[in-house]
Amino acid sequence: MQSFDLVKPSTLAEAVSALAADGAQALSGGQTLIPVMKQRLAAPSVLVSLGGIAEMRGVAAAQGVLRIGAATPHAAVAREAAAHYPALAKLAGGIGDPAVRNRGTIGGSLANNDPSACYPSAALASGATIVTNRRQIAADDFFQGLFTTALQEGEIITEVQFPIPERAAYVKFEQPASRFALTAVFVAKYANGVRVAVTGASNDGVLRWKAAEERLSANFSASALSDLNLSGADMMADLHGSGDYRAHLAKVLTGRAVAAS
Amino acid sequence: MPKDEIANKGGIGASTKRREDLRFLTGKGRYTDDINIRGQLYAHFIRSEVAHGRIISIDASAAEAMPGVAKVFTSADFAQAGSIPCGWQVTDRHGKAMLEPKHPILAEGKVRHVGDPIAVVVAETLDQARDAAEAVVIEIEELPAVMDMKAAVAGGDLVHEELGSNLCFDWGFVEENKAAVEEAFAKAAHVTTLELVNNRLVANPMEPRVAVGDFEEWTGQHTLYTTSQNPHVIRLLMGAFVLSIPEHKLRVVAPDVGGGFGSKIFHYAEEAFVTKAAHILKRPVKWTSTRSEAFVTDAHGRDHVTKIQLALDAQNNFTALRTDTYANMGAYLSTFAPSVPTWLHGTLMAGNYKTPLIYVNVKAVFTNTVPVDAYRGAGRPEATFQLERLVDQAARELGVSPFDLRRQNFIQPDQFPYQTPVAVVYDTGNYQATLDKLVEMADVAGFEARAAESKSRGKLRGFGLAHYIEACGIAPSNLVGQLGARAGLYESASVRVNATGSITVFTGSHSHGQGHETTFAQVVSDMIGIDASQIEIVHGDTSNTPMGMGTYGSRSLAVGGSAMVKATNKIINKAKKIAAHLMEASEADIELKDGVFTVAGTDKSKTWVDVTLAAYVPHNYPLENLEPGLEETAFYDPSNFTYPAGAYGCEVEVDPETGKVEVVAFSAADDFGNVVNPMIVEGQVHGGLAQGIGQALLEHCVYDENGQLLSGSYMDYAMPRADDFPMFQVDHSCATPCTHNPLGVKGCGEAGAIGSPPAVINAVLDALHRGGFTHVTHIDMPASPSRVWAAMQR
Repeated sequence: MQSFDLVKPSTLAEAVSALAADGAQALSGGQTLIPVMKQRLAAPSVLVSLGGIAEMRGVAAAQGVLRIGAATPHAAVAREAAAHYPALAKLAGGIGDPAVRNRGTIGGSLANNDPSACYPSAALASGATIVTNRRQIAADDFFQGLFTTALQEGEIITEVQFPIPERAAYVKFEQPASRFALTAVFVAKYANGVRVAVTGASNDGVLRWKAAEERLSANFSASALSDLNLSGADMMADLHGSGDYRAHLAKVLTGRAVAAS
Repeated sequence: MPKDEIANKGGIGASTKRREDLRFLTGKGRYTDDINIRGQLYAHFIRSEVAHGRIISIDASAAEAMPGVAKVFTSADFAQAGSIPCGWQVTDRHGKAMLEPKHPILAEGKVRHVGDPIAVVVAETLDQARDAAEAVVIEIEELPAVMDMKAAVAGGDLVHEELGSNLCFDWGFVEENKAAVEEAFAKAAHVTTLELVNNRLVANPMEPRVAVGDFEEWTGQHTLYTTSQNPHVIRLLMGAFVLSIPEHKLRVVAPDVGGGFGSKIFHYAEEAFVTKAAHILKRPVKWTSTRSEAFVTDAHGRDHVTKIQLALDAQNNFTALRTDTYANMGAYLSTFAPSVPTWLHGTLMAGNYKTPLIYVNVKAVFTNTVPVDAYRGAGRPEATFQLERLVDQAARELGVSPFDLRRQNFIQPDQFPYQTPVAVVYDTGNYQATLDKLVEMADVAGFEARAAESKSRGKLRGFGLAHYIEACGIAPSNLVGQLGARAGLYESASVRVNATGSITVFTGSHSHGQGHETTFAQVVSDMIGIDASQIEIVHGDTSNTPMGMGTYGSRSLAVGGSAMVKATNKIINKAKKIAAHLMEASEADIELKDGVFTVAGTDKSKTWVDVTLAAYVPHNYPLENLEPGLEETAFYDPSNFTYPAGAYGCEVEVDPETGKVEVVAFSAADDFGNVVNPMIVEGQVHGGLAQGIGQALLEHCVYDENGQLLSGSYMDYAMPRADDFPMFQVDHSCATPCTHNPLGVKGCGEAGAIGSPPAVINAVLDALHRGGFTHVTHIDMPASPSRVWAAMQR
């Protein structure tokens, strides 16, 4: 790891100002950034830790919406969201290991948009709103491909707002080595329809499986998917599975998520 | 003595808790990385990022001017050094010696695998060394990577131009059997054929490799602290062949070592580097491997591609076996690499069976990959996997029970000692007994009910059986010498009895997790009858232990323990002479029991301490006949290998929708001969099973066609974790003690890793066949979810 300055602001305003520095990089848990820095693949000159900003932490439910501060670690979401949005709490409680869950944050995960991460699927399937220091971004507009989001330079996620569904479930099939999602599916059923998000599978990152959403909106049952198939052509292929395998898993896991919700 | 009483005394047979765990579990172990010498510099290796290439230029001028940099080393600094030697020379089918390339400390002219060291920056701090490394400008002309073994021997690019071929050797065993084997196949009523891959693995000990070199200018003494399983072997190989340092000026210390699994047997370039760099710079030099470096520098394991065939007669008797294997050597010959696919593999192809005719062909091939060498089991897992998959497949083709087919062809209990057609003589064994035990432990009778219950949950349940034999306690030096070993394979021990009766044992074996400090003390305690707490085991330092060959191949107790028994017997014989003098009795009448010497038929007695004190304070002592003191050394060279064997049963559930395999039960019935510490033996079996099941389901070292390592971190290399396993059921009650070592022990370190991979794959195949996927004849390891799913699709 190369040397860097660490700034620990206590307010959002201080963080925004610190991030304006040349070579500054936000740190929100660091579960990806720190290993990359250790490998010298990234060498920011200033790290701005978002962990000490009180206004960016916490979980609260009101009027059918669950609001999670962006700097809230996964372990806190697993605990505090359980009563309001159990599927989301379960997802958070299944990320990595205890060390990761107590360091990694929801904002850090969404901003990184790893194609195999868990949280993007929950945000997308819930039609969540990503709130930043500048604006509100709909999840449908936020995720823009592998490790790419709508965030602009210096923009900080402050909060994520999840409309609470009637029913939901997240089913993850773990990649055997990393235990990230080899493919995972989040299904959420709302009064106005069902949303299905698939992570770990597509070459373009987290995706909505709209054909499945239509079927499930009409008939919320795994059998509604029986003659539906995703194409493996645009899916990731690596040591752990072909595109066809991932496409197949997406279907199987969607059915299981419906059954588990 | 009743067993409970033995256990209370902490002698042989007691499940004494491991005394070394007190420091390991409280973070007080002293590992090589804990060694920091005043004035020490840090080495950072610059390694090849391409698999194959010509080094055009190296410009270190800017780096050498950077803060804290002592020197940037390249191969030019080692022009006088020898090649890192290979410790085993295989002779091929035609009587020709294997091709043996030069293995320089730092790459000379060419790089031959990702991770091959090109230059080293040595600086005051590791960060300074890493900063400067980024300023070293290296130009490499990339060459096509030699990756596929069969293509590599067919021609094309060469890993080592000067050798003229990528074929290291073409070994036939037993060459004289070849024609008879062909004839038996021609006459066979049935022939079963399988083509399979034994997947390449990375050893991944918890502690990465570390080396610290030190040089004392005023005495000319070199010291190397290193993470080694055999410090004396490193001293010999590095001192005599690489750096030309005589033994008396070279001390090698391997302190606490956090696992090796074979990968720390070998002499590595980094050890020679830090030793020589410390000499050149007149300052200690330390290198600590990162985990990423370990993936591209620690010797890999396995990587065989095999076609195997079994001939059977009309009564389903095995009549002949033949195998053709391509064994990957990687880019250079690691220390014992040639022995693994040959003498540690071909000699085990009889397995537990009385197959009369066997022919094994092995082509060892150079490729642009990390060198491959021994990994837990070394050759024996490869042999067992082929054979036990093949026997299962034969049973399926013939429509007979895999249990019955094995039983019918087992070497029978009354046939020992048994001369196999592949050179070795099994001294003892009872394979029917271990299989009977397994059938009971695994509740084979209840399997159908469990399978039905799994089916009700949408899962396919399968049972997989494997029986294994292995050869441990490697082996008579004169025999291995004939087979090409360039080292002896005895073991040594010095037993130093201190004046007040406590004992310090200096062993040539090396413990890196096996618990020798506990078990070796149990043996000496049992022999003399003093409490084990009075016995200290010292290992790992060439300056105070007798020359020994170290620990690998499950040899420590069978060979090292035997040396210790021999030395302790010398101690007891001398102590009896002293006791006889003290009690004015005949030596022949002296008995030693529970630490007390008595004269048979009298009430005279002297305690152990009376005698040891007399040895060191010889006021009343037969000085005219006997030297004072009580210290003895023994070297033990075994007359044969030992042959542990066992029956393993694996039960899996396969999710037919995802292909995921879950091991739901695993039973192991092992014959290890006599057992010194049952708890430690069980722990060794558990560890071996974890690695064997890991190989079968999870672990896979994968290169792409350009020689880039795709599984170069734990993000892609799947290490087994506790939740991947059920509770293991292990048993070692079916013991047939080894007939040729004094303890009657056979070795238990590798069994789990040898017997489990075929049991797992056989179980997966059984599950798929029960689920109607009868077109699947084989799935290569690891049987990952995607592979199992893909197999079901065909």
